[in-house]
Amino acid sequence: MIKSLLLKISGSLKFFIIILCIYIIFAIFNAEIFIKSLYAFWNLFIEIIPVLILIYFLIFLSNLVLSSKKIIDVIKNRSGILGYILSIIFGILSSGPIYMWYPLLSDLKEKGVKNSFIVIFLYNRAVKLPLIPMMIYYFGLNYVIILTGFMIVFSVINGIAVEKFLTQKK
Amino acid sequence: MIHLQIQKAADQTYNSIKRSILPLLSVLLAIALFMTAIPKDFYNKIFTGNDYLDSITGALFGSIAAGNPVNSYVIGGELLEQGVGLAAVTAFILSWVTVGILQMPAEMLMLGKKFALLRNLFSFISAIIIALLVTSFVSFL
Repeated sequence: MIKSLLLKISGSLKFFIIILCIYIIFAIFNAEIFIKSLYAFWNLFIEIIPVLILIYFLIFLSNLVLSSKKIIDVIKNRSGILGYILSIIFGILSSGPIYMWYPLLSDLKEKGVKNSFIVIFLYNRAVKLPLIPMMIYYFGLNYVIILTGFMIVFSVINGIAVEKFLTQKK
Repeated sequence: MIHLQIQKAADQTYNSIKRSILPLLSVLLAIALFMTAIPKDFYNKIFTGNDYLDSITGALFGSIAAGNPVNSYVIGGELLEQGVGLAAVTAFILSWVTVGILQMPAEMLMLGKKFALLRNLFSFISAIIIALLVTSFVSFL
């Protein structure tokens, strides 16, 4: 009976229940960490609300605009080098935590956007323009330029590699 | 016609919200717990002085760490001051932002299991390679 109940529960709910169980364990054995974690969760949650609204608005726009078959065809088949460049630029310009972007990327993936573009986008999110002055302060200008260059190159390599592996396995 | 398109887009967006809200809350709860339970000075106790080994260690701990990237720069800066090698610090800050072990269940649910595993694996390997390359380049300048 428990097995059939577990099979009915979605992956998202299982993940949520596991995290809740860990919190319950902390609540019993270490109340201080439990309470501090709840505060940290609340602060994180408040912090991401504006980004979350923006992302759901972008999802709405993509649903409205990208439903056109012609545009999907362009993204799927004719995006080539332009697709790589756009993925890099959008990745660098995007803000907020990585997991905030999963719903939008999931939608775009369903619409036929290549896995490689999603990988490149996600990798280039690591290039944080507003944080570059801070990086220069800690590590120096040469370091930041070299690191950023390698990150962009490797984002494309990773994108192509993931795409190859995923299409091979199909 | 436009009214119907907007309605359809709104319905699809509502479904996306329904599908993504629980994994997002779970990831936030996991990150909050991790940030609270692991003290920041924990990181400077784990490096050996060997660039190759330390870059792997740095990438491993960066992968399981979570939170604002600013924290990774601050910790990285502190580690450099305490004599930890540049390769280790680079692998650490790079994997902090490119690999997400805590977020992986949500990534698997929304972007696919194979996709998430491959993307994180390649990002992990890249963090080590880039760390070693950057260290070599910087030492030449």
